[in-house]
Amino acid sequence: MIKIQKLIHDYIKRDDEGNAAGTQRAIDGVDLDVKAGQFIAVLGHNGSGKSTLAKHLNALLFPTEGTVWVDGLDTKDEKNLWEIRREAGMVFQNPDNQIIAQVVEEDVGFGPENIGVPTEEIWQRVEYSLKTVGMWEHRKKSPNRLSGGQKQRVSIAGVIAMEPKCIILDEPTAMLDPNGRREVISAAMKLNRTKGITVILITHYMEEAINADRIIVMDRGKVAMQGTPREIFSQVERMKELQLDVPQVTLLAHELRGMGLKIPDSILTKEELAAALMGGQTSQNSGLGGDCAKKEAAHGDQN
Amino acid sequence: MGIKIDDICFEYERGTAMQVTALDHISAEIPDNQFIGLIGHTGSGKSTLVQTLNGLLKPTSGHIYYNGEDISGEKFDKKKLRADVGLVFQYPEHQLFEIDVLTDVMFGPKNLGLSDAEAKKRALEALESVHMPEKYYKSSPFDLSGGQKRRAAIAGVLAMRPKILILDEPTAGLDPKGRDGILGMISDMKKNLNMTIILVSHSMDDVARYVDRIMVMGGGKLLYDDEPVKVFRHVQELENLGLAAPQITYIMKLLKEKGLDVSTDALTVEQAAAEIMAHRRELHV
Amino acid sequence: MFDTITLGQYYQTDSLLHRLDPRVKLVGTFVYLISLFVVDSFVGYIAAALFLAAMIMLSNVPFRYIVRGMKTIVFLLLITVVFNLFLTPGEVIWHAGIFKITREGLTFAIKMAVRLSLLILGSSIMTLTTTPTQLTDALESLLRPLKKIHVPVHEIAMMMSIALRFIPILMEETDKIMKAQIARGADFESKNIVKKIKSMVPLLVPLFISAFRRANDLAMAMEARCYRGGEGRTKMKPLVYHGRDRVAYMVLLAFFAICILTRIFF
Repeated sequence: MIKIQKLIHDYIKRDDEGNAAGTQRAIDGVDLDVKAGQFIAVLGHNGSGKSTLAKHLNALLFPTEGTVWVDGLDTKDEKNLWEIRREAGMVFQNPDNQIIAQVVEEDVGFGPENIGVPTEEIWQRVEYSLKTVGMWEHRKKSPNRLSGGQKQRVSIAGVIAMEPKCIILDEPTAMLDPNGRREVISAAMKLNRTKGITVILITHYMEEAINADRIIVMDRGKVAMQGTPREIFSQVERMKELQLDVPQVTLLAHELRGMGLKIPDSILTKEELAAALMGGQTSQNSGLGGDCAKKEAAHGDQN
Repeated sequence: MGIKIDDICFEYERGTAMQVTALDHISAEIPDNQFIGLIGHTGSGKSTLVQTLNGLLKPTSGHIYYNGEDISGEKFDKKKLRADVGLVFQYPEHQLFEIDVLTDVMFGPKNLGLSDAEAKKRALEALESVHMPEKYYKSSPFDLSGGQKRRAAIAGVLAMRPKILILDEPTAGLDPKGRDGILGMISDMKKNLNMTIILVSHSMDDVARYVDRIMVMGGGKLLYDDEPVKVFRHVQELENLGLAAPQITYIMKLLKEKGLDVSTDALTVEQAAAEIMAHRRELHV
Repeated sequence: MFDTITLGQYYQTDSLLHRLDPRVKLVGTFVYLISLFVVDSFVGYIAAALFLAAMIMLSNVPFRYIVRGMKTIVFLLLITVVFNLFLTPGEVIWHAGIFKITREGLTFAIKMAVRLSLLILGSSIMTLTTTPTQLTDALESLLRPLKKIHVPVHEIAMMMSIALRFIPILMEETDKIMKAQIARGADFESKNIVKKIKSMVPLLVPLFISAFRRANDLAMAMEARCYRGGEGRTKMKPLVYHGRDRVAYMVLLAFFAICILTRIFF
């Protein structure tokens, strides 16, 4: 679905007169391969290059060096521009600054209008998209009357209405409260699981990455770590070095191991910790069973 | 002395069809030198409450006393109140406007009528308290990173030397590194400066480990007002409010349910680990 | 702080007026405004008032809601009336000290008050029954002929529509920044004009910065959603005239004719 080869991106710093005064490397040699239907989480703190990376996937930025292909289309090729933007939709951080229309349904119709979809079909798409994110009953409302989470769901619907193959969410929850965060993440999750749309979630909240198929950790423009959530979060020390969070239960397990308890280092849920602590009563394997194992199996199938 | 909140109510758009009750008969006392967490989800009334405390909003009924004086009284000095009860709004970096960081931080003290020299002295102190690196003092506030901007903005309020400092969602929108930095800084401020700090948040995880007291708001009412450990015993009620207890509370609760006889009062990973280890030793003795 | 203004804010309900094509309503309001200056007699004003009353009934908007919106401009109305009442020269019918009321002043003031009220009520009926989006759509459609002389009609309409969307957001933001600066001891209530202007700096600088940031974000969001100007765009809600719209145009024409007749015969 998305293939990135040796991507480098330099921002040009300008002085007060607007002359180029040097460059700053935001992305420094990133290679990435995302299969269709995957749910990818990109973690990293501010300035790690993750948002710059996101903008490359929607052809809002173009490589300084290297190549980005979206569904086989090279982003550097200008004639691919609109096709790429349609196929790889984007949801941004600030809920207020990406809703264009004054009525929810009209905003969702904005994208299809731009790409010249016939009127009747726009309505079908708007209905389908709003129903998918559970905002159909709010279709006549002004965006100003919605909560942050609802606004972000409208933005997601606006992207769905373009019938994309891939959705890139660039820190969609950073400005939301916990309820809003849950709403947005579960909407994205649903899209991925039921509609098979590839989702790339850029975030700095580790709890949103836990259910991803794969986590990519960015640091100083490079891919610092890559793997399943279990592989990533079990490296507690490395994550601390990168100043990122790991689930508290993983942290607790890590702490207990440090104190000499024999428990596995890949604990992600409190149930797993309980099983491990209860020792002989339940084996470690059954502790690791349940949802996670099933999910990993499903993930294997998709590949 | 501090603040005494006596049965206040507040309604938005009073007398119209769109009337919303934001505060519903709130009473509480906020003494000197306490670290308080004020928790509630969006729309619970917590932001309205803090705005009434420094006189930005006037309660529609009830009274607020600062050091024994009614703040809505005719003779009451509002300016003094706003200096004494510092309020840092959400996304405070949006209030920065001056040519450089130092001048921006001096804005508050100068509004109090202080001389340039005194204002500067206070600004430098405040910048130090928020751990702002000195090399940024003369930078434009707009060139700073998100976390640094926020520090500069907090310093802007701190420079007025408040006796009570209220921070509304000071970690909103920051990454884990920025968040830990700001929370650590606030905790240091509490230790080094003699004042009451009210930390407004919707995240129990953020406040649990720092504060002495937690006030929980929901639907305009003050629902709980107690030590953190005691508040978190109401996990179910908190969840019904759309809030959550700290993650650690859930872990310990599950362990207890599964038959591990541990106390569920731990608030941090370290406390939880110690509790589990203590329990282990007990078993093996 | 600002949300008490209801004058002319869209009122969501279903009515014949709501369903009318916004172009009809825009043209209709324009015609009505002109007619108010065409009529100049008691009968004429009665006709205009009756027409408006009929429209209000058709709009399904509660009369109380409309009147409440009027409150904000009562002051303006009063000033106009008082000025005309006391400052029109002519036959004096009452006086006290330097204040005198003339017959001409009285009639003129009454006429002015009636005209202004009808004018404001008339245009608010339009905005009460038409969403801002519909209005900009109507404007874009009505001005389309100007495209031939290279007036960027689509862009103007898009700008208006975005402006309308962001006005409430920026209002709220103004309120927030103002409060934040008051908390830092800023004084926005100073009577001294120099001080007052100076005190706006801490408000305006952050507001401009925020507006630019929003503009930047929005431009990027629009591009990401394939926006590239008016070319090749389809419409989700295209404007199509229905039977009722044609009838409405005829009613308008008849009304305007009546106004002209009252001018001639009364």
